[in-house]
Amino acid sequence: MPTSLDTAPNPETLRRIVIEPVSRVEGHGKVTILLDAERKVQQVRLHIVEFRGFERFIQGRPFWEVPVMVQRLCGICPVSHHLAASKAMDQIVGATRVPATATAIRRLMHYGQILQSHALHFFHLASPDLLFGFDSDPAKRNVVGVLAAHPDLARHGILLRKFGQEIIRITAGKRVHGTGSIPGGVNKRVTPAERDELRAPLADVVAWAEAGVRLVADLFAANRALYEGFGTVRSSLLSLVAPDGALDLYDGVLRARDADGGILFDGVRCADYGARIHENVRSWSYMKFPFFAELGPERGWYKVGPLARIQNCDSIGTPRAEAARQEFLARTLGTIQHAPLAYHWARMIELLHAAEVIERLLADPALVGDELTATGARATTGIGVIEAPRGTLIHHYEVDADDLVTMCNLIVSTTHNNTAMNEAIRQVARQYLDGREPTEGLLNHIEVAIRAFDPCLSCATHALGKMPLAVEIVDAAGALVTRLVRDGESL
Amino acid sequence: MTDASPPQTFQMDGHDVAFTPGQSILTAALAAGRYIPHLCFHPEFTAHGSCKVCTVKVNGQPHASCTTPARSGDVVESDTDELTQLRLNLVQFLFAEGNHFCPSCEKSGACTLQGVAYELGMTTEHYSPLFPDRPVDASHPDVLLDFNRCILCELCIRASAIHDQKHVFALSGRGITKHLIVNAESGRLADTALALSDKAMTVCPVGVILRKRQGFAVPIGERRYDHQPISAVAVGHRPKEDGHE
Ligand code: SF4
Ligand code: FES
Repeated sequence: MPTSLDTAPNPETLRRIVIEPVSRVEGHGKVTILLDAERKVQQVRLHIVEFRGFERFIQGRPFWEVPVMVQRLCGICPVSHHLAASKAMDQIVGATRVPATATAIRRLMHYGQILQSHALHFFHLASPDLLFGFDSDPAKRNVVGVLAAHPDLARHGILLRKFGQEIIRITAGKRVHGTGSIPGGVNKRVTPAERDELRAPLADVVAWAEAGVRLVADLFAANRALYEGFGTVRSSLLSLVAPDGALDLYDGVLRARDADGGILFDGVRCADYGARIHENVRSWSYMKFPFFAELGPERGWYKVGPLARIQNCDSIGTPRAEAARQEFLARTLGTIQHAPLAYHWARMIELLHAAEVIERLLADPALVGDELTATGARATTGIGVIEAPRGTLIHHYEVDADDLVTMCNLIVSTTHNNTAMNEAIRQVARQYLDGREPTEGLLNHIEVAIRAFDPCLSCATHALGKMPLAVEIVDAAGALVTRLVRDGESL
Repeated sequence: MTDASPPQTFQMDGHDVAFTPGQSILTAALAAGRYIPHLCFHPEFTAHGSCKVCTVKVNGQPHASCTTPARSGDVVESDTDELTQLRLNLVQFLFAEGNHFCPSCEKSGACTLQGVAYELGMTTEHYSPLFPDRPVDASHPDVLLDFNRCILCELCIRASAIHDQKHVFALSGRGITKHLIVNAESGRLADTALALSDKAMTVCPVGVILRKRQGFAVPIGERRYDHQPISAVAVGHRPKEDGHE
């Protein structure tokens, strides 16, 4: 573990502060801070407090059920799990070439999810801190405050989300717990009428996304010292990139850079992730701590997600987002930007990219084709990797000859960022808390740093969801959906 | 009615229901377009009256409508709060007894238990689930048995014995340990004579007997009970094919 504040030598003598639950993040997490008599920070840890062993739950289940079942991992990015598992199961059914139509529909679903998730995060969860200040009046520092002070911005955020959700509904069949993607392809066409319906608001969507990028870029420029210094810790980066090095959130090869931007590995097939990424456990956290094998657990931790992705790729293949990325890169003069608050900027660039990709997909004749599935020679291993809104998501399954899953390993985005988040809040604690009496505003600084990563703590612990079983049972359009929607749409 | 004699009728919830002698209250009601919730009844097999979900009151006394012959002049109550509550409790017992995770069940939307639960307005499980440990039987190359969802209706047993002449399925144990078994010394479905073309493949009201690798090939939203509630489908207003089997 990299820094001093991971474990205090004499914890029993120290004063303990707990932030629980961390608000405006998905799932349930807590932070513990130990202070000595001089209020010097001695230990800071982000804990994840639930664990329900999804990987074991899935063992013994038939493989075709998995892409649907894994959506229960998470109420906020179920589509990412749905698609990562489907990509893994493509390999199980031997669909080495998924039909172009199925791929276009899945991509549309995925970029719709990226768009709605990024919109939710920025406009609803993060913007209150950025617009009003980290220690502004907590009564206003929320989405209601944003609605009052910046009604257009808030409205655009809501409409962007709606648009993304509509894409998900059309491609996955339902807004939540869709079943659109199946092993080998998809189960449902997109009709020309549905496509046209999605095309209608496109110009507005792109414009709102561009305005979002502008807003964060301006905030960054206006508060440069704060934004660049706040909780900043250097680390390596990991993401998928397209074979040609361009940004690709649906498929590609694994690329990693060191903290200075040098390539650590590139062109690594997703199937070989296990040779590059190992996982550590720590006694105090249910979440694992992954690291690059070649650098070891001390130095091998890394960041994933928007900030990693837009700097790891060589380019973005859509013009508006690429222009925005160039502006982003110009600020650091070719060095790697490590500031957690830069995640917000990168996230909005990706939101814009998602809007442009959606525009392209809706113009692609393949989207409304009829060839939906493929099969081939059965395989026993399936590894699906996707760039979920929060970062690289790895689903790995072994399936036996009787069609049952015998092994499942999931590494979700938030887990990849585990060390980086812990280090960021330690840095914030050093910068802001050391020697001062903690106030709500100061403690919110810790949460601001966590929120920048947009962690999804429920999927990080592979939770099954917290709804009572009873509600799950009658679902199809009923009570369970309500529960998940509430979780995922914490308006 | 081809003969001149007036049709025989009984009263159900204030309506006349015509029947032909030999019909049960349930079959007569369904034929007349009046739905009575039911689970273990299947029109092609002799009713055996085990689930009790079809309970009605006949002249004030509770009876399973699937096994009670229709009689002229009887007064039958079905659509009452009391009976709905009774049926709801029975269905909730079934949910608590097995492992029913509708959101990830491939039978969702085409499942009779789920359809009846909706019909009865079930929104919570009410009873604490027992979470039984019931491993699936995936030994057969084409068929999966997911015992987690079995409600012991015995339809597969009847279909395999009577229609398929194979006796692939049976019940074993008593009370809460009662469970479905397959007729093979190894206890594995692969070692039975079950074939995809068997009637037993088509009768399971829930998601136990499944054709393998089918899963979610039919989208949710295009399944048997997705367009109309079970009460409409069961009395013959079937808009489209099942979408699952
Ligand atoms: S397997 Fe299905 S048909 Fe057979 S007893 Fe169980 S629920 Fe009834
Ligand atoms: S349907 Fe009559 S007892 Fe089951």
